[in-house]
Amino acid sequence: MNAGALAPQAAALLALDPHGLGGVWLRARPGPARERWLAQLNTLLPQPPRRLPAHIDDHRLLGGLDLAATLQRGRPVQQPGLLAESDGGVLCLAMAERMPPALAARLAAVIDTRHVVTPAGAVPARLSFVALDEGVEDDETLPASLADRLAIHLRLDEGTKLAAAPAAAELEAARGRLPAVRVDDELQRHCCEAAAMLGIDSLRAPLLALRLVRASAALAGRTRANRDDMELALHLVLAPRARRLPAPPPAEPPDAPPPEQDAGAEDPGDESTDPDPQQPLDEQVLEAAQSVLPAGLLQLLAGGGPRRAPPSSGRAGSATASRRRGRPIGSERGLPRGGARLDLVATLRAAAPWQPLRRRESTQPRSLHLQRDDLHIRRCRTRRETTTIFAVDASGSAALHRLAEAKGAVELLLADCYVRRDRVALIAFRGAAAELLLPPTRSLPRAKRCLAGLPGGGGTPLAAGIVAAQALALSLQRQGSSPSLVLLTDGRANIARDGQPGREAAHRDALAAARQLRDAGLPALLIDTSPQTQPAAQAVAEAMGARYLALPHADAQQLKRAAAVSLAR
Amino acid sequence: MSGPAFPFSAIVGQDEMKLAILIAAVEPAVGGVLVFGDRGTGKSTAVRALAALLPPMWATEGCSYACDPHDAHDGCERCRTLKVGGQARRRRVPVPVVDLPLGATEDRIVGALDLERALGSGERAFEPGLLARAHRGFLYIDEVNLLEDHLVDLLIDVAASGENVVEREGLSVRHPARFVLVGSGNPEEGELRPQLLDRFGLAVEVRTPAEIATRVEVVKRRDAYERDPAAFVEHWKKEDAKIRRRVVAARERLGAVNVPDAMLERCARLCIALGTDGLRGELTLMRAARALAALDGVDEVSDVHLKRVAPAALRHRLRRDPLDEAGSGERVERALAEAL
Repeated sequence: MNAGALAPQAAALLALDPHGLGGVWLRARPGPARERWLAQLNTLLPQPPRRLPAHIDDHRLLGGLDLAATLQRGRPVQQPGLLAESDGGVLCLAMAERMPPALAARLAAVIDTRHVVTPAGAVPARLSFVALDEGVEDDETLPASLADRLAIHLRLDEGTKLAAAPAAAELEAARGRLPAVRVDDELQRHCCEAAAMLGIDSLRAPLLALRLVRASAALAGRTRANRDDMELALHLVLAPRARRLPAPPPAEPPDAPPPEQDAGAEDPGDESTDPDPQQPLDEQVLEAAQSVLPAGLLQLLAGGGPRRAPPSSGRAGSATASRRRGRPIGSERGLPRGGARLDLVATLRAAAPWQPLRRRESTQPRSLHLQRDDLHIRRCRTRRETTTIFAVDASGSAALHRLAEAKGAVELLLADCYVRRDRVALIAFRGAAAELLLPPTRSLPRAKRCLAGLPGGGGTPLAAGIVAAQALALSLQRQGSSPSLVLLTDGRANIARDGQPGREAAHRDALAAARQLRDAGLPALLIDTSPQTQPAAQAVAEAMGARYLALPHADAQQLKRAAAVSLAR
Repeated sequence: MSGPAFPFSAIVGQDEMKLAILIAAVEPAVGGVLVFGDRGTGKSTAVRALAALLPPMWATEGCSYACDPHDAHDGCERCRTLKVGGQARRRRVPVPVVDLPLGATEDRIVGALDLERALGSGERAFEPGLLARAHRGFLYIDEVNLLEDHLVDLLIDVAASGENVVEREGLSVRHPARFVLVGSGNPEEGELRPQLLDRFGLAVEVRTPAEIATRVEVVKRRDAYERDPAAFVEHWKKEDAKIRRRVVAARERLGAVNVPDAMLERCARLCIALGTDGLRGELTLMRAARALAALDGVDEVSDVHLKRVAPAALRHRLRRDPLDEAGSGERVERALAEAL
C-alpha cells in the first residue's frame, strides 16, 4: 500500500476514533498534498480542528486570568484556556518540529489523564492532536514523549496523489459499530509480536495498533477484526516506529502449494475473508516495513546502523530546534521599556493589596488602581551556549611531542569549559579521513579519556578535517548552540578530499574547505603546530578567516591563553 | 479523574518498581523513588494505582493541606489552633497524587498570593500550590531529568524537611508538606546530576518485558481496562485488597521492627565495598530493609531483606569510576555476593 492510499484511510480512522488513537504525526512539507489531506480530514470531522501554535504560553494553553474582564470588574475572572475550550475535539499543532519539550510534556499528560489541571481544578479535556511536522533534517522532529502517544505516523511526500476518502455517512455508521468490534487473542498476539520484531520498545505501540485495528474493522463494516485491519495497523502504527527490520523468514519450498487456496476456490461462500491465510506474519511485517520506510533508512537499518539517540544535554532538554533566547524565568519590578515585557499577573499581585486604600483615597472611580511601583516585567534568560570544536591533526607529520602539547592544551581548555558550562567536541583527522571522536559533551572525564586514547600517524587529510568540523558546527547552530572552532595543525596537507595522496590537490582542497568555513561565518582559530612557521598553514588560516597563531615551541599554557582570547570574541 | 485508576495488582511484572513504591509508601523517610526506563512501561500507572489502592485518609474539614486530625503535633497553624480548642471536624478523602507538569513555575508549585482575596478585600492571603495539595500523598514528576535544576532542588529540600516555607510577595507562610516523591525519566535524554541522584532514596530500572507472552498480557489487560474500567477494577478488587492490608499492617508494625547490629554492620560493609559517597546510602538501605521486613510481616530484618533492597537503594550512589563500564545494578549484585 502506498502513501496515496494510506493517507485517506488514516484521516478516516482518526475521524472515527480520535481520542482512542491519540492523533496523527504527519511529516510533510507544506504543499498541495498536505493541504488535500487536511481538507479530507476536515470534511470527516464533526468540527474543524483548532490550531495550537508551537510557542503558545501556559496562560493561553491551560487557562488563567482573563485580564480584560478582570480589569473591568475589579475581581479575578478566569478564562478556560485552549485545551479546556477544545474538549472533545481535534487540535492541529503547527510547526510541531519546533515544539518545546515542556509543551510536549503537557500535551502528553493531557492525553494520558484526559484532564487539564487548571488553577481552578481538574477540567475534563478529551483531545486528539494532529502534529504537522515540517522538519527536513533528521534531528528536527516531534518530541518523543508526544510522538509515542500519537497512534498514526504518516509521511507525505510532495506530489503524492491522494485517493478519495470514505464518505462522512460511512463514518457515522462505523461509529455506532465501534464498541461492538472484537479482536481475537490471535490477532492481539500478532500485534505484540510484530512490534517486538520491529524492535519497538514502548508497549503503547501495540496498544494503539489494537485500537486502530478495531477502528479499521468498524469502518469496513465488520464486527470482527481480521488480517486486513492488521495490515493497516502495520503500515500506519508499527512500521513507522520500527528500529530494525525483522529477519526475512526462511524461504518456503516452492513445490508445496498451500492447500487452503484450493479450498478457497471451491466454496466462495466461505465466511472467512482472509486473503491468504498461510502468509506468515513475518513476511507481512517485512513487506509493510519495507513499503513505509524510505530507501536510505533501509540500508542503514540493514547495515546495522547506529541507533540514533538525541544528543543528551540534561538541563537543556531534547534536541528540537527551540530557541533558548528570552525564556521567561520570573519577574521583577521595573518599567516595560526597551523591549522588556510586562508581567501582568505579577503586576496585579503587587497592586492587589492596596486596592481598598487607594479606592478610598482616589477621586476617580476605577476598578483597578495601578501605580508605577506596581509594574513588574518579565525577566528573561538568554542562554548562549557555546560549543568549542577541537579539530586535531593527529597525522605522522605532527611530531609526537606536538600532539602531546595539543592534547595538554585541549585538557586545560576543557577545565575552562567545565567552569563556564560550555561544551566541547573533538574531531581528529589522520590517515584518509576525519573522525568525530567525541560528540559535544560537558563531561570532563569522557573528554580526557578520549584524548588520552588518540594515536598519531598516517597522512594529513586537512580538507576532510575542516569539512567535518563545519558539518558539526552547522548541526550545533541548528540546535541553538553557538559553535567555535580551534584547529591544531601544521598545514602540510597531503591527502586530498577524495582520499588520494598528493600535496597539490590536498592543499587546494584544504583552501576550498577553509573558504566555505569562512562563508559560514564560523569564528575560528588556527594553531600552527609545525616547528617552523609554514606559509601553507598561514594560507589556510587566511582562507578560513581565522586567527592565526604560530607557536613553534608551543607550550600548553600559551595555547590555552590564545584559544581563550579567540573564543572570547 | 476519568474513571477508576488501573488496579495496582493488575500491573504485569515490574516487581522491583512496585516493591520500591510500596516501601516508600510504608516508610516515607526512605526518601522518594526514581524510576528510570523506556517509555510506555507503566511508570505513572503504578503511582496512580498505589494511591488509589491505599485506604482513604482522615483529613481535617476545611483545611487546604488535608492535615491529619488524629496527629496532635502535626498540622498547619489553623489546624493546630482548632485541635487545641477541640473543634476539628474530620472527613475522609482519597490519598492525593499530584502531577508536577514540566515547565511548572515556582509559584504554582510553592503557592502564591491569593489574587481573588487580594483584589477583592485587600487581604494578603496565601493560595496553596501543588506542594500543599500533595501533602500526605504522592508527588509524581515525569521526565525528572528535564526539570529545571532550581525546581528539583526546591522539591528535594521540601521532601527532606517535610515543610514548605514560603517567603515571597510579602507572605510568610510555613506549612507541612510531606509526600512521597516519585520521579521518572528516560536516561538517554539527559543525566541527573550526582547530587540530585543521591537525594532520591531508591532508584529502580524498568524495561519493556522481553518475552512476548508478557507483552501480550500487558496489552490485553490495558485494553480490557479501557473497554470497561468498572468491571476490570471489580475483577482485581480482591488482590488489591490484599495489598492494601499488607501496607496498612506494615505501617503499624514498622515501629516495632528490629534491626540487629549484625545487619547494620553488613550495611556498612556493603557500602564501603561499593564506595558510596556519604552515609545516606546506609541509612536508606537500613530504612528500606526495615520497611520490607514490615511488609513481609516479620519482626526482624535479615539478609534476605537486605539483598532484595540493596540494588534499589544503592545503584545510583556509586562513585562513578570512568574506567569501570559495568552497569551499576550489576556492581551492586556483585558486591552483595561478596559481602554476604
